Amino acid sequence: MDNLKQKLKEQIIERLNLKNLKPDLIGDDQPLFIEGIGLDSIDALELIVLLQQEYNIKLSNAEDGPRVFYSVSTMADFIRAQSGAVKIPS
Amino acid sequence: MQTPAYIIAEVLISGNRVYRNGQMIFESPSSANAVAFLEEVYARFNIDYPKFYKMDSLCKLGFLAAELLLGEIKDQLSETETGIVLSNAHASLDVDLKYARTIRTGASPALFVYTLPNIVIGEISIRHHLKGENAFFVFKHFDGNFTSRYVNGLLENGLIRNCICGWVDFLKESYRAELYFVSPEPSGTNLPFTAENIDKLNQKDNG
Repeated sequence: MDNLKQKLKEQIIERLNLKNLKPDLIGDDQPLFIEGIGLDSIDALELIVLLQQEYNIKLSNAEDGPRVFYSVSTMADFIRAQSGAVKIPS
Repeated sequence: MQTPAYIIAEVLISGNRVYRNGQMIFESPSSANAVAFLEEVYARFNIDYPKFYKMDSLCKLGFLAAELLLGEIKDQLSETETGIVLSNAHASLDVDLKYARTIRTGASPALFVYTLPNIVIGEISIRHHLKGENAFFVFKHFDGNFTSRYVNGLLENGLIRNCICGWVDFLKESYRAELYFVSPEPSGTNLPFTAENIDKLNQKDNG
């Protein structure tokens, strides 16, 4: 199991108050927005804050947002690319 | 003198109880806290609207009150001619305080979007596709006289055909929602929408 993806799913649910979801109901490659789990533009801002607070990563180019936040997998790839070996928050 | 409006339906949510048209329809005295109680109400009435969980407490309360108020009279709603007129005592202070606490570590956009009391009107409007006249007032106490005069004015001037109105207040563990659906076309309770009748309902509900 990919611990970073699992942690991201838990953080997304906690941060965005998605109480109707469980981590295992979010597919690694499932789109997070609209047709996927239905996140909206405010949720996108919240995900940016999540990256800053939990992973100390700033999304410097807003145009990267749709690609980075497409799915849990793309978020995990971005975090790894930005920070090398990521230490998963406990 | 215009045709008087009537209170077609009323809902009260307060003290871990839900009343509709004067009848208690749900009670949960053992809820851990106010938000837990509201989430129990959401589950009990099988409401399917996942965005509910993202709302702040004031919106959760107003949203649920509107859901239960409109349950059997949704066909009376008009996209552009149903108004929403609400008031409360604490504006959006409950979420304002929560948002202020996040500023130190990183302001939360999800909380920020709820830091105005009239957002509860927006959530009800989105849910029911309403685009009619709306207003949110902040008073120390629910003012039945003001509410009846304001809503009757909108009705008499033809700005709305009917109205969701009342009081939605939430601060920490203190909460109360009291909503009325008002229309000049009698049905339901047929109680004239006057300050006197609103006050009577208030006293009855408080008793």
